This record gives sequence, structure tokens and C-alpha cells, in this order.
Amino acid sequence: MDTAHEAPIITFSGVSKFYGDFQVLKNIDFSARAGERIVICGPSGSGKSTLIRCINGLEAHQSGTITVDGIRLGADAASTRKVRSEVGMVFQQFNLFPHLTVIENLMLGPVRARGMSRPAARDLAMRYLNRVRIPEQAEKYPRQLSGGQQQRVAIARSLCMEPRIMLFDEPTSALDPEMINEVLDVMVELAGTGMTMIVVTHEMGFARKVADRMVFMDHGEIVEVAPPAEFFTAPKSRRCQDFLQKILNH
Amino acid sequence: MKRFFLVPVLALLLSGCSSNWGWYVVNPSTKAGWTNLSFLLSGLKYTVALSLTAIVISVTLGLLVALPGLSSNRWLRGASRGYVELVRAVPILVMILWVYYGLPQLTGLTIGVFWAGVIALALSDSAFEAEIFRAGIQSIAKGQYEAAYSVSLGYGDTMRYVILPQAIRRILPALGNQLVYMLKMSSLVSVIGMQELTRKANELVVTEYRPLEIYTILVLEYLALILVVSAGVRWLERRMQTDERA
Ligand SMILES: Nc1ncnc2c1ncn2[C@@H]1O[C@H](COP(=O)(O)OP(=O)(O)OP(=O)(O)O)[C@@H](O)[C@H]1O
Ligand SMILES: [Mg+2]
Repeated sequence: MDTAHEAPIITFSGVSKFYGDFQVLKNIDFSARAGERIVICGPSGSGKSTLIRCINGLEAHQSGTITVDGIRLGADAASTRKVRSEVGMVFQQFNLFPHLTVIENLMLGPVRARGMSRPAARDLAMRYLNRVRIPEQAEKYPRQLSGGQQQRVAIARSLCMEPRIMLFDEPTSALDPEMINEVLDVMVELAGTGMTMIVVTHEMGFARKVADRMVFMDHGEIVEVAPPAEFFTAPKSRRCQDFLQKILNH
Repeated sequence: MKRFFLVPVLALLLSGCSSNWGWYVVNPSTKAGWTNLSFLLSGLKYTVALSLTAIVISVTLGLLVALPGLSSNRWLRGASRGYVELVRAVPILVMILWVYYGLPQLTGLTIGVFWAGVIALALSDSAFEAEIFRAGIQSIAKGQYEAAYSVSLGYGDTMRYVILPQAIRRILPALGNQLVYMLKMSSLVSVIGMQELTRKANELVVTEYRPLEIYTILVLEYLALILVVSAGVRWLERRMQTDERA
């Protein structure tokens, strides 16, 4: 499929963000097409989380413009909510709602934000729990599940909003090694459905398998953007070479 | 259970270790004693009604004061802070007098003793409830807001369905304390003539001249009431926690 001429679904142009005097994002220009899978990597503190959190308005930016699915972020609260209904987000720490059962975690957004009836939301939630392969955990509370199961619930919770874009911020970094694959498998499967995905991760095996483009960030800048084949074999910048050395040879 | 050691202590205290006791005054097997005792107990419903109405209002008010106190807008924060500092500085007895005698002059409306008592107690308590809510809400991790916002919930729904249910579980013991405190402070409303437990006891003492027995009964009435409340709060705490832990 030739997507090169499609209008991008996410556009950053000249985006800067500051914490006081400290500039976290430096004049970021970046865009992603619908259905594209982008993996972002870079050293700790380089601004990866900040960048993807700007996409659903969890962080505000101070200059430049961010457009998501035709909606410009930061204009007003209503447009931010509109964007959030199109963009799912999965966090490193899962952030499930501990006082709600798994199924209630999944139903909350559809019922309260999309105005679905409870029975319809329950059906939808069961469908996505099946998709992440834990339908039998529906009535349990999050703390009764393993980390890998919790993260899959978190993915299902986002999918219940039927978003066009999914953001992942180091979704496997808080997991024990033996649970990483069950989460990555779900993500690979999701990539196969044509979902637009922006993933911050250091799982380079996953990146190779799934990414259309790799983005390398350092000190608040996008230093390099390339397809994985090129990115891993012939990184152009010195900083990117150093980084890859470190994470591939540890 | 620790509190049962109170029973022998009280029994000792009441078992005529002194010749000064005159329990006839509230002896339910005599006609006069029964009349006196039921007179004392008849204050119970007012104490309970007063405290419960006041606590419902003060918890609501406390939450409404706490929320702007957590806003990023400094005027809202300032207003919340100002309310807490001002209301917290007024002694409860002074608040009762001010509401009962002062407020009608200010507004032109006369208020009955019951509602004057409710308003004064609720106002006084609301400052503390606000502080409790603020601490409880602040104890919830930022990730909970982010997850709620990410499924497109607005501020109101996020508070109602995600943050407050968790915060309330955490502050339940503190809310229980406030209810106990409220029951005790309701005795002050006797000064404006509210016919609650303390007022009844005072009136009976004036006619019977047996302060020791009558005030001892009064102590026991509050004790019983508060033990019931504590047990209720514990039960609620247990129930809400098994919800999450199981
Ligand atoms: N609330 C904040 N206030 C001040 N500085 C912040 C804040 N949040 C992040 N930063 C700083 O912004 C920079 C970028 O942070 P960010 O979390 O985006 O990095 P990251 O690339 O995701 O790092 P990591 O790999 O450790 O998750 C860091 O230097 C961090 O210290
Ligand atoms: Mg990060």
C-alpha cells in the first residue's frame, strides 16, 4: 500500500517544551502517517516520554504546533479530549485503577467518555480481553494479576476506546524478563492490524520486527530517523552509533 | 478486644465504693427513676440527628473547599486556603453563638436551634474535612489521573470514578474520627437550648440535684454512641479493603 501521499495523522512542527529554564524538547519536527509503526529510542532523559506525552496532551508544549488526526492540540479542553478519544496510551507502570475489577477498568472509558451502555461496553471489553488472551481474569482486581497480565489489561483498556493511534511508553521496562514476551506478542499482533503505533522501547528485537521507522532522540532533539534495516546497520550520527553500541552489546 | 477492660473499671467505679452514689434517681424500676432515665435518653435522637446532618454537610463542604485548593490556579488555591485558615480559627462554641445570635441579624432570617447547631458544627468541621480530603487526594499517584485522562475522561469523571473512590478509602479512618469528634462537639449546642443529651442532663441536674449519677449516665451515653460509630467505621473500612485486596 502506498501511504506516502496520505496526510500525516500526527504532525509536530517546531515544537519546543520547557521545564522552567530547562528545554526538554528542542524545535521538534516530526510526522507519522496512519498505520505507521514508529519506535523511539535514546538515552535516559533525552525527552522520549515527554515527546509521546505531548501527542495526547498529557504534557503541554510552549511553542510550535502539534496536530493529531486533524485536531490541533492545546487550543481548548474539548479538542484535547477529542484527541484523547482517538489516542490510547500504555504506561511503564500500567496505571490500572486498583479499586476497579479488570472488566470495570476496561468499561470505564467506553461508558463515561463514549456514552456506551453498560452491556455494550461489557461485550466490547470481553472482546478485547480475549484479544490480549486473559478473558478469565475479568472479575479480578489488578493486584491479583502478574505484571505481564496487568500490562495486557492496560493495553486492552486503551483498545476499548477504539483509538486510531496507540502510544506505548516503555511498556515492558517494569516487567520481569519472563513476562516481557507475552506483552510484546500482543503488541506485534496489534501492529498486524494496521494500528498507528508510537512505541518508546529499548526492545530492539521488537523494533526490528515491527518498526517502519526508528527515531533516535538525544538531549531533546530528534537526531536520526531511519528504517530499521538502515538504522541498525548504518547509523549516521556519532551519538546514535554510541547509543546502539551500548544497548546492543550489554 | 482492648476496650473490654473498661467494663470492670466502670463496674468498680459504679459499685458503691463510695456512699455518695444515689442511683435511685435513674433507677428504672421506680416510676420517678424511669421517667428521669427516659428523659435523659430522649436527647439521643437529637444528638444523633444533629451530628449526622452536620457531618453530611461538612463532608460535602469540605470536598468543595478541597478541590479548588488542589487547582493550578493560585486564586482558587488562595480562596480555599483562606477559608480553611479563617474557619479553623473560630472556636466551635463561638461559632455556635455567632450563627445563632449573629447570623439572623446579618441575614434577617431567624434560624431554629437545630439548624443553627447544624450550620455551626458543619462550618467548623468543614475546614478539617477539607484538609483531610486534600491530603487524601494528594496521596493518589499522578499515573491514575494520566490513565483516566488517556481514556478521555474529563476532570469531573476522573475525580468521581477514579480519584475520589481511592482517596476516600484512604481517609476513611480520619473521616471516622471527625464523626466521633462531631458527636462530642454537638454537646456544645446545648448552650443555645438544643434539647440534646447534654442539655437534658443539665436540666435534670437542676431539678434532681444528683450531678454525679446524671453526668455519669451522660458519659455512658456518649461512650455507647461512639463505640457504635467506631465499630461501624471499622466495618466499613474492612469491607472497602477486601474489595481491593481480596
Ligand atoms: N516535571 C518535570 N520537571 C522538570 N524536569 C522534568 C520533568 N519531567 C521530566 N523532566 C526532565 O526532562 C527530561 C526529559 O524527560 P523524559 O522523561 O521525557 O525523558 P526520557 O527520554 O523518557 O527518559 P527515560 O528513558 O529515563 O524515561 C529529563 O531530563 C527530565 O529530568
Ligand atoms: Mg521515559
